[in-house]
Amino acid sequence: MNFEPTCITETKPTPLELGGKTFRSRLLVGTGKYADHQTMNAALEASGCEMVTVAIRRVDLSSSDNLLSQLDRERYFLLPNTAGCFNAEDAIRVCHLSRELGLGDWVKLEVLGDKKTLLPDPIGTLEACQSLVSEGFKVMVYTSDDPVLALRLQDAGATSVMPAGSPIGSGQGILNRNNLSIILEQLEVPVIIDAGVGTASDVTIAMELGAEGVLLNTGIAGARDPVAMAHAMRNALDAGWFAARAGRIQKRRYAQASSPTEGVLGE
Amino acid sequence: MNDSTAVIEVRLNGESHSVQPGTTVATLIEGLAIESTAVAVERNRKIVPRSLHPSTAIEAGDELEVVTIVGGG
Repeated sequence: MNFEPTCITETKPTPLELGGKTFRSRLLVGTGKYADHQTMNAALEASGCEMVTVAIRRVDLSSSDNLLSQLDRERYFLLPNTAGCFNAEDAIRVCHLSRELGLGDWVKLEVLGDKKTLLPDPIGTLEACQSLVSEGFKVMVYTSDDPVLALRLQDAGATSVMPAGSPIGSGQGILNRNNLSIILEQLEVPVIIDAGVGTASDVTIAMELGAEGVLLNTGIAGARDPVAMAHAMRNALDAGWFAARAGRIQKRRYAQASSPTEGVLGE
Repeated sequence: MNDSTAVIEVRLNGESHSVQPGTTVATLIEGLAIESTAVAVERNRKIVPRSLHPSTAIEAGDELEVVTIVGGG
């Protein structure tokens, strides 16, 4: 992606503009897999995120565990996902329940193809996206790195198209820079790289490619020190955002001296 | 007539569950460990809006789903 030359005087990336709202951070962080609520909240704070994803599940009848009471709704914008849904109908059902839970109209749509790869079912994803948009949902849609499908999801009215860097929870980072670059070049809606982030440099690469943001969960929650990794992810995102706008040098096959080649002693 | 014949059998979150006659959605979720404000309820695949919980009686054979938010990515 090419950005217009700018004189950047800020020390932080600009806020994320999405679906008519402004978010203070371009890092979106999941709330799954933390050892406890305290670690989760410390990691969320270290990440600087505003938008956090949650899942919707059957209540454990004997448990009083209540994530809703653990998240500061003044501070965090909750984005419910449809994780675990393998067809459009189930995903739409979860979105309706999310509205009833008071989480509003924003959803992270996932319609998955199979349990082993957790890759999206492209047809079910597109069907669900169309239907949810017509019901007034703001759909942030998880998809593969297929540029054609990404365009179709944009046409369906998605608020954000969110291609995977690599399979969910795999930690493999950005596997297909070429496809992601094509998606980023072609789409007008904000593109957020979702899934597969293993470490901080993956976030930087996503942002250098021109993504508007990055959504991750396991990369932080699964790290030995989730709070330290959240801090790293936050800074990695900032680094990538600035680098994308600063304009990298061209790659060359051979060396090019940085110091003057004239006046060297002994010549 | 003893108590066991008086109870109503339903499916709650996919499991067999017995409730007393006259139980409403509101009284059912008040009996759960989780705060009732943190849940949403489906009865026979249709959402029961919170405002209708007190007036929605549970009937034999009902399929009830009670959901909440949990950690996820």
